[in-house]
Amino acid sequence: MQGFADSLLQGGILTGLPTELGYALVVALFAFLVLNFIMLNAGIFSWAERRVWARIQSRVGPNRVGPQGFLQWLADGLKNIMKEDLVPEEADAPLFKAAPYLAMMGFFASFAALPFAQGIIVADLNVGILYITAATALVVVGILMAGWSSNNKWALLGGIRSAAQIISYEIPAGLAVVTVVIYSGTLSMQGIIEQQGWEPWNWYMFANPFLTIAFFIFFVSLLAEGNRTPFDLPEAESELVAGAFTEYSGLRNLLFFLVEWGNLYVIGAVCATLFLGGWQVPQFTDNGFVIAVAQCLSFFIKTYFLVFLCMWIRGTLPRVRVDQLMTLCWKYLVPMTFVNLLCAMLYFVLFPQGSLLVSLTMFGLGVGVLLYFFRRVAFHLRRAKPEIHVSPFI
Amino acid sequence: MAGYFANIRESVATIFEGMAITASHFVRKPFTIQYPDRIDIPIQDQLPFRYRGILDVDLEICTGCLACERACPIDCIVIEAKKNKETKEMVLERFDIDIAKCMYCGLCSEPCPTGSIHHTPEFEGSDYSLESLIRRYVKAPVSAYKVSKEPEMDPEVGPILKRGLRYLDEFATPEDG
Repeated sequence: MQGFADSLLQGGILTGLPTELGYALVVALFAFLVLNFIMLNAGIFSWAERRVWARIQSRVGPNRVGPQGFLQWLADGLKNIMKEDLVPEEADAPLFKAAPYLAMMGFFASFAALPFAQGIIVADLNVGILYITAATALVVVGILMAGWSSNNKWALLGGIRSAAQIISYEIPAGLAVVTVVIYSGTLSMQGIIEQQGWEPWNWYMFANPFLTIAFFIFFVSLLAEGNRTPFDLPEAESELVAGAFTEYSGLRNLLFFLVEWGNLYVIGAVCATLFLGGWQVPQFTDNGFVIAVAQCLSFFIKTYFLVFLCMWIRGTLPRVRVDQLMTLCWKYLVPMTFVNLLCAMLYFVLFPQGSLLVSLTMFGLGVGVLLYFFRRVAFHLRRAKPEIHVSPFI
Repeated sequence: MAGYFANIRESVATIFEGMAITASHFVRKPFTIQYPDRIDIPIQDQLPFRYRGILDVDLEICTGCLACERACPIDCIVIEAKKNKETKEMVLERFDIDIAKCMYCGLCSEPCPTGSIHHTPEFEGSDYSLESLIRRYVKAPVSAYKVSKEPEMDPEVGPILKRGLRYLDEFATPEDG
């Protein structure tokens, strides 16, 4: 981004302006673009998620507003904006009002370090992944604040559960990131992607068995950190009414959901960056613009596939109990990541350059698992003999 | 310790299988019937002839006998019929049915001699006010239908009477014939 700002200041449209003002303008422009990108994503995810669940449950889902119900999110947003913005009488009003913005801030901040293509990133921090881990953890402050200031026991319980959950799952997530960082030797998001190749067996996910395990642990931990099913206890409609968001209405409630759906993109993008080779594409042409578009596409396909996976998991798995949640984290994921990290270090000492044979084997195994998965799907289809309707549009 | 690894194996295997089942649902046809507008045949046309929907009156074949008014257990039918002294025929001055009160029991359509009062397959009765749910069939006083021994030859009344009698017939015959 700095390079872009400098080029505009020296010979671009901003020539003659004071440097600070020029930087401020460019920062504002980027923030505007990224904010809109997030908003659009979160909105469209809310529609897509409902359509995905609907198909899993043999329903149709929202399909009335616009073509295939695509504009449903706009209608929902409008409805929420027009609702009354209630603040409970007993609530701690300033905290209550500030909480959604804090949650938003934590999650918006993480977008500063998310890459889109080679050189297309708001800020290529040299501590990128560490920064993202720290920034997304800020969301917990907002949720805890919302729970406390609502002056409602269910909201408080929800907030505290959320804090416990997010902080616990930081450990396996962080350790899984460390496993990657050992191999990449850098914390920068762009640097990690540049270490990988465009071929699937050059992705970190298939580099060796330990990174594969790290990928799954990281994905599960991020699901828990993003308050996604099966770990969506903080909002648990059926037990805690709506957890920390109980007393919120209108736009403030919407902001929390925006964070949740926006977080989906962060989950997908971070996983794609660390394990799935990010924006890597083969060098098929010399045209820089075409390459940039292809890289964006490659990144978005991987990210949106992972987002779809999150929605699919949400349609599949029931919510875990709060003790099961903690058991999974402290008794299973944390020891597993530590052992995994040690094994990964050992492997790195033995094969500092990695081994193509191991990568290819892991990739072959992955394809095998995928093929077996499709066989199981076919088996269930044969057994149920349903009417087939492949198109996602109805 | 063995239980520990068995737990991991089991959860991975069951989640894998669960994901396979839900994935198979992605290509199944949804069961949803998209009432009211996105169906091939309107629901009203799929219902049986004697479906007990909202009441309707064919005033052309109403004899003004008041049998339905008497049969109604909740008095939602109000009829005013007078005998014209000169022409010696019944004149209907009022025939109101309060659909808001009607409980769709069908007791009024049983004693009707011509099948004039009958249920329709129409069931979408929501409205903005209670007042508009009162159906007023008589706009201006009309003379009632007079049953004759000869078959009805009037081209307008004939088909209506035929339909009404069919309605009564189907009621009289049990469903299995």
